[in-house]
Amino acid sequence: MADLTIQSHIFDNGLTLLVEPMRSVQSASFSLAVPAGVIYEEEGQNASAAILCDLMVRGAGDLDNRSLSDHLDHLGLQRSESVGWNHISFSGATLAENLLPALQIYADIVRRPHLPEDQFSAVVTGVEHSLRAAEDEPRQKVIIELRRRCYDDPWGRPSDGALSDLPRISLPTVRALYERGVRPNGAILGIAGNVDFDAVRDTVESVLGDWERSQDVPVIRGGRGPRRDHISSDSNQTHIGLAYDAVPYRDEDYYAAWAAVSVLSGGSSSRLFTEVRERRGLCYSVYATLNSLLDEGRVLAYAGTTPERAQETLDVTVEEIRKLAEGIQPAELDRCKAGAKSALIMQQESTGARAASITRDWFHLRRVVPLDEVHDRIDRLSVDDVLRYVRQHPPDDLTLLTIGPEALEVPDEVS
Amino acid sequence: MRFHEHHLANGLPVIAELNDEVHSAAIGFFVRTGSRDETPEVAGVSHFLEHMAFKGTEKYSADDVNRIFDEIGAKYNASTSEEVTLFYAAVLPEYLPRAFEILASLMRPTLREEDFGLEKQVILEEIGMYEDMPTFTAYEKAMGAHFAGHPLGNSILGTNDSISQLSVEQMRAYHAARYQAGNISLAVTGRADWEQIVALTEQHCGGWSNTPCPRITDEAEPEGKVIVYPKEGNLQQHVMQLAKAPPATSDLRYVADMLAVIVGDDSGSRLYWELVDPGHAEAAEVGFNEYDGSGTWLTYLSCAPEETLTNLGRIQSVYERVNKEGVTADEIEQARNNVLSRIVLRSERPMGRLASLGSNWVYRNEYRSVMDDLETYRSITTEDIRELLTRYPFSQLTTVAVGPLESLS
Repeated sequence: MADLTIQSHIFDNGLTLLVEPMRSVQSASFSLAVPAGVIYEEEGQNASAAILCDLMVRGAGDLDNRSLSDHLDHLGLQRSESVGWNHISFSGATLAENLLPALQIYADIVRRPHLPEDQFSAVVTGVEHSLRAAEDEPRQKVIIELRRRCYDDPWGRPSDGALSDLPRISLPTVRALYERGVRPNGAILGIAGNVDFDAVRDTVESVLGDWERSQDVPVIRGGRGPRRDHISSDSNQTHIGLAYDAVPYRDEDYYAAWAAVSVLSGGSSSRLFTEVRERRGLCYSVYATLNSLLDEGRVLAYAGTTPERAQETLDVTVEEIRKLAEGIQPAELDRCKAGAKSALIMQQESTGARAASITRDWFHLRRVVPLDEVHDRIDRLSVDDVLRYVRQHPPDDLTLLTIGPEALEVPDEVS
Repeated sequence: MRFHEHHLANGLPVIAELNDEVHSAAIGFFVRTGSRDETPEVAGVSHFLEHMAFKGTEKYSADDVNRIFDEIGAKYNASTSEEVTLFYAAVLPEYLPRAFEILASLMRPTLREEDFGLEKQVILEEIGMYEDMPTFTAYEKAMGAHFAGHPLGNSILGTNDSISQLSVEQMRAYHAARYQAGNISLAVTGRADWEQIVALTEQHCGGWSNTPCPRITDEAEPEGKVIVYPKEGNLQQHVMQLAKAPPATSDLRYVADMLAVIVGDDSGSRLYWELVDPGHAEAAEVGFNEYDGSGTWLTYLSCAPEETLTNLGRIQSVYERVNKEGVTADEIEQARNNVLSRIVLRSERPMGRLASLGSNWVYRNEYRSVMDDLETYRSITTEDIRELLTRYPFSQLTTVAVGPLESLS
């Protein structure tokens, strides 16, 4: 399908560089992921990754906070920083000719950040503000809290942090996370756009090639929250979060798992939208999505509705999830395939989407899946493949969290 | 990029900016109607009608519409603002005719009684959902307060009461009055064939009627007020402030866009350095919004309740200084690079170009290429900014606060 060739280079220190040249665009995007995500935080210090992420861009190398920001703005860089479970990611997009100068600044951000003491309290306050704002949005909060209850710690931790841990986090804690996590081994730099591989590799070699590797950090698995839970709130709607097990991205059955969730919630003709919203008018927002860690995955589902109709909404949603195993129409699967194929092609119009995608591929698979291979895998899926997957992975282990005036019961499982 | 323009005999304009370098095509019907065109009895009808359009025609049921869009892998949706209802789809080029036919059919929906009753529930749920989102509540209440007595103050969603009482006959009458060929603009971007677009438009839209759809566009003269909506149990305070800015037809709108980046972008702006970087606020931003005949500076502040008054004072100081002294050439240079790269990045996707192409046509009846926009932003000087600030200074005229606070004094 596509004539895109992805070139890669692994530097001696372990840093992986991936480049997807795109000739018909003027822009270039990058995504630089370093292994300092929330799973590497110390126990009871959830928010240190968020604080570190913000602190890292407040001065690095020869540039102080203000001049670093000004330099990136002069390069027209549209940037963002985000904290995930495995990584802190720095992303940016700009005109292709400005990419290499931007990368030089990012090399300083990861290698020579000032992590300034005089900015620490401002950063902590900023993180506190955003956590408080998230508390006011039950629709976001229900998914954040659902993760705590369906994944073991530390994978269930909120990526933005926990308000209750905030007072315990000190600058030395944050600097320790930097020392542990911000390192070339385990770091991935994905680039897509109108760039030349050799020029990119040479620049990266010169600014990150002598970055010293450090030890991998073990992660200790802990416990998770209750499978049935309710957070009382006088919110207008009852916000329902549901989770059940699925396979991760690297699994042989991933595409079947993807198709099952797409039949459920892939488009406007999918089952949840049709049954919950279109036929019954129970919700404005209802969806299910496939979430993947490195070694495990979950389906996460959401519905928000008025409290009086919340039990019915939950009943219908759970019924639709369970009914998948009873049968899938070939036309349903065909629609999912059509959506996926068109999304794959449209992804090639966005350097940012491609940079993120190749970085994600490498993390999960240690290779980048060419788009025509994805296309073929999707094409080859049969209804039988999807049904076999659904029957092998029944949603017996539902985790339910609600936020609203009253708790709900999972149907046929009344306690 | 190739620009094309055609007008159907019934008054429907078709404009296209075609580009063979991309992989997809995007189509958008921009209907010049929204909450400002509603009377109080039918508050929320534009948005409700946007939902009902997807319920289909005599030929296509609601299930058909959803199914066919999914069959061709379309990325599609619709949105309703104060002034424009937009229906759009992005598809691979081979599916353009099919997507076109379905999208065009949405402009002439049957509006069945039973669909109306069911979808009313969805709309009421949507209103409930937004009530749990303090930022949205603050925006809607602020628009209502700022434009009190002017149609731009009308709520997009309507209220539980107005939606509950709305009848399908009222919706049909509103549709008949507003979805006239001359009140709709069709825009196409990306990889498509112009001859085919014209033929499809003649085929699917040629039979639409055209009667005039008047809209009063007098510039609003807001008086300003302060309103506080206490929300018990919330942790953060959300404040929206509005003031007068240039209308959509003003040449100053590009200057206003750039000034908003300098003063109130979410990072690297004056408000950012004064309030967000030091940790005084989670967000402190100002944006420029253009409307038919009016415009706004929209300030947004999110912070701890006890810091709210001090932060509003900090914003006031930033505004007083910029109103008095203007901005520096270096600030313009920095904002320009930022704006230019945003424009280029957005223009790489047909969906990104669609909004710009359609809005220019709906508001100004003009085509502007990416190069035109880049050129205009490049030419902005400190004197242009001074002129803008003289006519439309930043201010905190209308203030609406949503959160734990009972009052703002």
